[in-house]
Amino acid sequence: MGSAQSVPPEMRALAERTGFTSEQIEQLHRRFKQLSHNRKTIRKEDFDTIPDLEFNPIRARIVHAFFDKRRNLRKAPAGLAEEINFEDFLTIMSYFRPIEMDMDEERLESFRKEKLKFLFHMYDADYDGIITLQEYKDVLDELMSGNPHLEKESLRAIAEGAMLEAASVCMPRTGPDEVYEGITFEDFLKVWKGIDIETKMHVRFLTMEAIAHCY
Amino acid sequence: MSSVSKVVPESCLLIVVGLLVGGLIKAVGEKPPILKSDIFFLFLLPPIILDAGYFLPLRQFTENLGTILIFAVVGTLWNAFFLGGLMYAVCQIGGSGLNHIGLLANLLFGSIISAVDPVAVLAVFEEIHINELLHILVFGESLLNDAVTVVLYHLFEEFANFEQVTIIDIILGFLSFFVVSLGGVFVGVIYGLIAAFTSRFTSNIRVIEPLFVFLYSYMAYLSAELFHLSGIMALIASGVVMRPYVEANISHKSHTTIKYFLKMWSSVSETLIFIFLGVSTVAGQHYWNWTFVISTLLFCLIARVLGVLVLTWFINKFRIVKLTPKDQFIIAYGGLRGAIAFSLCYLLDYEHFNMRDMFLTAIITVIFFTVFVQGMTIRPLVDLLAVKKKQETKRSINEEIHTQFLDHLLTGIEDICGHYGHHHWKDKLNRFNKKYVKKCLIAGERSKEPQLIAFYHKMEMKQAIELVESGGLGKIPSTISAVSIQNISPKTLPVARVLPALSKDKEEEIRKILRNNLQKTRQRLRSYNRHTLVADPYEEAWNQMLLRRQKIRHTDRQNAYLTVPANKIDSPTMSRARIGSDPLAYEPKPDSENLPIITIDPASPQSPESMELPNEIPKGCGGLPPSPEEDEEGLVMRAKEPSSPGTDDVFTPGTGDSPSSQRMLRCLSDPGPRQEPEEGEPFIPKGQ
Repeated sequence: MGSAQSVPPEMRALAERTGFTSEQIEQLHRRFKQLSHNRKTIRKEDFDTIPDLEFNPIRARIVHAFFDKRRNLRKAPAGLAEEINFEDFLTIMSYFRPIEMDMDEERLESFRKEKLKFLFHMYDADYDGIITLQEYKDVLDELMSGNPHLEKESLRAIAEGAMLEAASVCMPRTGPDEVYEGITFEDFLKVWKGIDIETKMHVRFLTMEAIAHCY
Repeated sequence: MSSVSKVVPESCLLIVVGLLVGGLIKAVGEKPPILKSDIFFLFLLPPIILDAGYFLPLRQFTENLGTILIFAVVGTLWNAFFLGGLMYAVCQIGGSGLNHIGLLANLLFGSIISAVDPVAVLAVFEEIHINELLHILVFGESLLNDAVTVVLYHLFEEFANFEQVTIIDIILGFLSFFVVSLGGVFVGVIYGLIAAFTSRFTSNIRVIEPLFVFLYSYMAYLSAELFHLSGIMALIASGVVMRPYVEANISHKSHTTIKYFLKMWSSVSETLIFIFLGVSTVAGQHYWNWTFVISTLLFCLIARVLGVLVLTWFINKFRIVKLTPKDQFIIAYGGLRGAIAFSLCYLLDYEHFNMRDMFLTAIITVIFFTVFVQGMTIRPLVDLLAVKKKQETKRSINEEIHTQFLDHLLTGIEDICGHYGHHHWKDKLNRFNKKYVKKCLIAGERSKEPQLIAFYHKMEMKQAIELVESGGLGKIPSTISAVSIQNISPKTLPVARVLPALSKDKEEEIRKILRNNLQKTRQRLRSYNRHTLVADPYEEAWNQMLLRRQKIRHTDRQNAYLTVPANKIDSPTMSRARIGSDPLAYEPKPDSENLPIITIDPASPQSPESMELPNEIPKGCGGLPPSPEEDEEGLVMRAKEPSSPGTDDVFTPGTGDSPSSQRMLRCLSDPGPRQEPEEGEPFIPKGQ
């Protein structure tokens, strides 16, 4: 499997655009076919067939991210797509590629920004480019949704504490009247400055056969 | 003088001190003591390893475990055989009385000296603040290669006594490696679980909680060493396993105690080890053989460099974040040898190894070289090569949230890809942990507390304590300073608006009241009876008076420094801490009958009340009209320890506080709205 004899031109174009190797693309294509039950596109319901995804507290957001047209799929109109094809699937996956040693500073920087933008869009539910306190609280609610014993208030306190911290990083000198709307993308970058996102946000894409099953 | 410490690492200075001391002793005519192996392995080494294991950054360690294992196992094996083999060749060729050293003796020598030493690595790497990845790689390697060293050492020592070494022996030796390492880990895990389980029941005997951590770990070490398993791995395993559960169970003070004791012991041990190294150098019998020593040194370095290069080339095929040549250089350069090699050699007995003195000399030379030359030059080299240094960022709540989010995200993506990767298994382990293990090992409510909440509480505690300790004169932690809730959500719940601006002296009064309670608690802790933890009333009164005088003097220099902004809702701990931190004088109120009573308990992570507290705020600060009952109930809380009547922590605040201040007090003070007016009379006689 994974033969490189007949590399169709679309595949090559895909490879160039997303940066995957052809073996990886084949592998992902196989997975795509599995998920879509051999159709051409995947719908939201198809993600429900993955057993392990059930335990994930933020699965709704993840699935949502796959279907978000404007920001993640880089297509023109905003809103959610009904179904995605393989190319879109690959586009989303390409955000999780690991960095390569031979990337120069500029490419590394843009790569990093892309990853962080993807992450930012996952937090920002209403697409306005700012993560407000309410959105942050929602994220926390989802993260902790696996713990039914939790008090809502503690989550609120945590969200506020986190926003305070973010605000103090991004706007160190504010008078009591200035309002800090929320975390913009630049602020987001600042918060993440200390953490090397490029070394953390990646998934190993295999070139060999080892796929899990779904129902 | 500080410039010396910038250039020379502490370990070098300590060895020099040892040399001087040894020289002094010798000059006087006495025999200087030598670092006996017993003392070293039983008393000096365990604290350092326990300190390292207990505070091991688990996340980075597990992420790089494959790399670390390959360096530790394959790297050490390579070093040992390469060095041993080459030394044998040198011995055969070199003439000059070296011919009698057999192959096995040389291999033994190789195995002793090839292991990277955790003590030396810690001592040097701590000071250069290198980035976490490199630190954990070299350090992890130095810890895990103990298993290899133990196996090889015992193996060759045994074989040296055999007439013939058969293939069976070699195969058995190979298998014993697995037994030693996995057995050591297994012993450590068992003791770790026992310790975690024990800590579940220690809520009534907080005083001896730290003892369990130390004792069980030490027992793990001894048990492993007893059976010739790897004691170091047992120690590390027990520390790693017990830590999350023990920390959830023990009190904050115990946690601090453990931390400081471990740091103290490991510091002392390290110092002693290096000094003893110096003294032993002077004291020991040496046999200097140029060929042997110089070739040892040379081959050590070459072996290390070659080993790292080859292994990294192999490892980089599997790593996502590759190791750059700079990283490889630091890893190779950081392969320091230390006291473990010395002690292992010292253990050899003379009968079978009559060239022990020569070995010792060579080992000491290598140790000196690595510690002095490599230790001193690594810092300028790090600067020169612009190796990434450790980020000095504090762990923030944002980071924690993002990290968790990212974890789940990556696990989700892995599931979608259908690829059972690193995140998938980690997630599975976490779920297993949450479902079964935590229930057994963590007491009570804490077992259900998710990690984020625990982390947040810990941070709150830390900030609160920082504030209190800084005593109002120090810097305010940045999160509170410039930005307030107002800034981030001005159009908040009407709840916020309820508190009107208080007049200045009302504020003063309130603060005085609350602060005094904090003082009282401190005083109570001073008169500590370990069985009953009850304060002595007369001593209390006396101390109170002294303190009062002191505070009066102190107040003159103090201004109220924190204004309480009118519409601010703080996290309860922060507000508690804020208020508790400026000391003002205590003035007893003249009219003391029929007043509500406050008892305050400073924040503690155990009290389930601290979780309930957030519920209090909206209730108490809601826009309710003050009912008469509310006025009377107002400020009573439950004390944490059901103390016997007539003890401390009882205090009477001023009268006639306006409903708003009552409400604010309610908001800002500790949980527990229950009223207990009988709880005690004002225990300080008035007007004294």
